[in-house]
Amino acid sequence: MQAVPTLEALMLGKLDWSAIPFDQPIPLIAGGVVLVAILAVLIWVVVKGHLPYLWHEWITSVDHKRIGVMYILLASVMLLRGGSDAIMMRIQQAIAYQSQGYLPPEHYNQIFSAHGTIMIFFVAMPFVIGLMNLVVPLQLGVRDVAFPTLNSVGFWLTATGALLVNLSLVIGEFARTGWLAFPPLSELSYSPGVGVDYYAWSLQISGVGTLVAGINLVTTVLKLRTKGMNYLRMPMFCWTTLASNLLIVAAFPILTATLAMLLLDRYLGFHFFTNEAGGNVMMFMNLIWAWGHPEVYILVLPAFGIFSEVVSTFSGKALFGYRSMVLATMAICVISFMVWLHHFFTMGAGPDVNAIFGIASMIIAVPTGVKIYNWLFTMYGGRIRFATPMLWAVGFMVTFIIGGLTGVLVAVPPADFMLHNSMFLVAHFHNVIIGGVLFGAFAGFEYWFPKAFGFRLDERWGKLAFWFTFTGFWITFVPLYAAGMLGMTRRLQHYNVAEWRPWMIVAAIGMAVLSIGVICQIMQLVVSIRNREALRDRTGDPWDGRSLEWATSSPPPVFNFAFHPDVRGEDAYWDMKIAAQQQSLEHDVPEYQDIEMPRNSPTGFVCAFFATIMGFALIWHIWWMVILGGIGAFATFVVFAWRDHDEYVIPAAEVAAIDRVNLEERRSLVSMAGAI
Amino acid sequence: MSMTATAGRAHADPHHIGLVIEHPGPAPKRTVTAYGFWVFLLSDIVMFSCFFAAYAVLVNQTADGPKGSEIFEQRNVAIETVCLLLSSFTCGMASIAADVRNRFWFYLGMAVTCVLGLIFLAIEFREFADLVSRGYGPSRSAFLSAFFSLVGCHGLHVSAGVLWLLTMMAQVFAKGFRADVLRRMMCFALFWHALDIIWVGVFSVVYLLGGGA
Ligand code: HEM
Ligand SMILES: [Cu+2]
Repeated sequence: MQAVPTLEALMLGKLDWSAIPFDQPIPLIAGGVVLVAILAVLIWVVVKGHLPYLWHEWITSVDHKRIGVMYILLASVMLLRGGSDAIMMRIQQAIAYQSQGYLPPEHYNQIFSAHGTIMIFFVAMPFVIGLMNLVVPLQLGVRDVAFPTLNSVGFWLTATGALLVNLSLVIGEFARTGWLAFPPLSELSYSPGVGVDYYAWSLQISGVGTLVAGINLVTTVLKLRTKGMNYLRMPMFCWTTLASNLLIVAAFPILTATLAMLLLDRYLGFHFFTNEAGGNVMMFMNLIWAWGHPEVYILVLPAFGIFSEVVSTFSGKALFGYRSMVLATMAICVISFMVWLHHFFTMGAGPDVNAIFGIASMIIAVPTGVKIYNWLFTMYGGRIRFATPMLWAVGFMVTFIIGGLTGVLVAVPPADFMLHNSMFLVAHFHNVIIGGVLFGAFAGFEYWFPKAFGFRLDERWGKLAFWFTFTGFWITFVPLYAAGMLGMTRRLQHYNVAEWRPWMIVAAIGMAVLSIGVICQIMQLVVSIRNREALRDRTGDPWDGRSLEWATSSPPPVFNFAFHPDVRGEDAYWDMKIAAQQQSLEHDVPEYQDIEMPRNSPTGFVCAFFATIMGFALIWHIWWMVILGGIGAFATFVVFAWRDHDEYVIPAAEVAAIDRVNLEERRSLVSMAGAI
Repeated sequence: MSMTATAGRAHADPHHIGLVIEHPGPAPKRTVTAYGFWVFLLSDIVMFSCFFAAYAVLVNQTADGPKGSEIFEQRNVAIETVCLLLSSFTCGMASIAADVRNRFWFYLGMAVTCVLGLIFLAIEFREFADLVSRGYGPSRSAFLSAFFSLVGCHGLHVSAGVLWLLTMMAQVFAKGFRADVLRRMMCFALFWHALDIIWVGVFSVVYLLGGGA
């Protein structure tokens, strides 16, 4: 360190040409290809004149449905990135028996860290938050979320985080510390590069986005329900949304604080988690898992909600045991905060503490079991239609039960001393996260796609995608259980034990099958977009649904509902359909009124732009740029606060014109159903 | 029409509890905003509690550096506390003034709040600067790391509060007591009071408990 920094250091911080990995072809080529692809898309957008449309209809949109779709798009793109990492790791472990394979250790370590980080924070999280955003206001029968502009801010900050993680591919490096960056490895003395900084700042920024989304959805569910939508009449998905977002509000600040402490250690020489001067590494373990375990339920609870909707719709029955389901959801919400220690049984807590947390962990399986039985009883005696969403739901039940059982197994401390940090653990959490969260996200995607876009997805490709993914999943992960039993630890760049080899090869083959599933899913999208006229959903109710999102057109108008629906029971829309048939279609002509909607705003996008600058500058120690970014972000909010018109009016005549089209379609449907 | 179709009373009370209170519909904007902000404050308090926990864990890890009792000056802390508590009162006055649309008392209340906040920050800054100059900066020991982070985190919140306060005054000056300005003012007041509550925690846990031992 020099006493007087050079001009270059002042201007560019730690950034120089050595940050570009010219000597590592894989990230460089991958980054280059992505860059070219992004540029090509941008040029295409500009040349074709789509820019104004994108700007006005999507980027600045504060419509919860649009924001939901953008979240899901982000998650899908990031799924491809995280999936590429997974393929690379599976190939490496298949060939790196008594050899170095094709990935050097420092690169392999970055890949597994990036894979975990991306899959949790930029795939699973945005996917479920996107679905909640898209669906919950519709299910509650309202016109928007509680804070539409903040909603957009939240999305764009999440996108900023994703951007920074991917930037690390070409400028600098990513963390080599695993997805939770345990100290002391993540401290400056052992990780002097910018990798951990990329990790921490992108999570800090996207974490703010997640918190905003959580506050927004909690407030939406608790304060914005249509008339008559009592708590115990809310669709199950709204309940799980509430539970999941309460967890976000209570848990994400812990992550923020923990990462802040790590950053203080790294940037200003504090001693929270260092080996010197009294720092305490176990404090990090406790803090990070006090967030980390609730986090897994933040992800899986919305999936439970999706399955509840799907199972009851495709069984043609009301959800079995609705109230026990609510109770189970809230029980999980609370208990999930009391089990964090099971992630470090082996780290010296002692038998009594371990026993308590082991038992608490097993108790969580009880409400989860209640849910499984409720879904089974919902199907029992129902007229089941095995459409694609239902396939995912049934596949989930089979898969998740196994994942839950292995979870209970590792929750037994003596067993965990054998299995901790092994491939068995890797198999466990993929079993629950893929089988639970990802299958749930796919089920929700297939189920609500027609609502979002106005046409159904191709069933043939959808079913192919399911079967390949499902089979591929099992071929990939069962071998990992076996390898774990044989003593294989996680995160190995190479190994010399012959018995592990065959399992790694089978897992790689499984990965190939799984990839075919992903390709089928992409094909499904392409084919469906091509055939969209044939697949058009004119009534807004393609699945014979039960909750209010099906009571409006597909896609819904900006204002969702011309009138706030009046709810009289559970399964609100189902009741309305029955009533409409019984009343033999005597409809009074409704009196339409003007509707006020929030105006679009670039606040979210601009704010994220400055956050990106600030994050990048913080990672590279470019202090003037940090200040610039901070001022920019503050100024953005002030400009937003100075707006004079934050709403616009949709005149009654226009509302009527939009609504009548859908009403006609719907009436013809009801009369058809009535004839049968 | 389809939206308001009824399904008969049987569905309103499927479990025959006998009492069904119909939800009246979406809450008014002011309620929604305040509610959302409360939820945010709760999350902020969760974040503070992590720093409190870290402080409790690390308080004895002085690494042969100073203990709390050797560096805390009770007199300064007393002045800081008085400033903050008074500022909560003046902030309350400003809120009342905003509710009755009285510009003079609003500006006065906010200005005094601002000055009190700034005095608080100045004292805290001096305390920090003094400690650093004596070689007791946050990198001296884990205890000092936790101390600086906890107290500093509160200080950063107060600084942000002052910035917000000035913005609010400018907004009232430019836009008057518009509905959205009043909603923001309500959130600001909640924020400022919450910082006070957190200070009571900091004051007790850090300075009172730490000062004696
Ligand atoms: C029946 C309920 C469950 C139980 C009893 C359980 C138990 C456990 C235990 C004891 C561990 C730590 C094992 C070790 O590190 O040695 C663990 C790890 C993990 N579990 Fe579960 N689990 C359950 C459900 C879930 C669910 C639903 C998810 C996600 C949706 C999940 C995700 C994870 C993840 C991500 C890890 C590993 C984190 C890491 O070390 O990187 N678990 N589980
Ligand atoms: Cu856990």
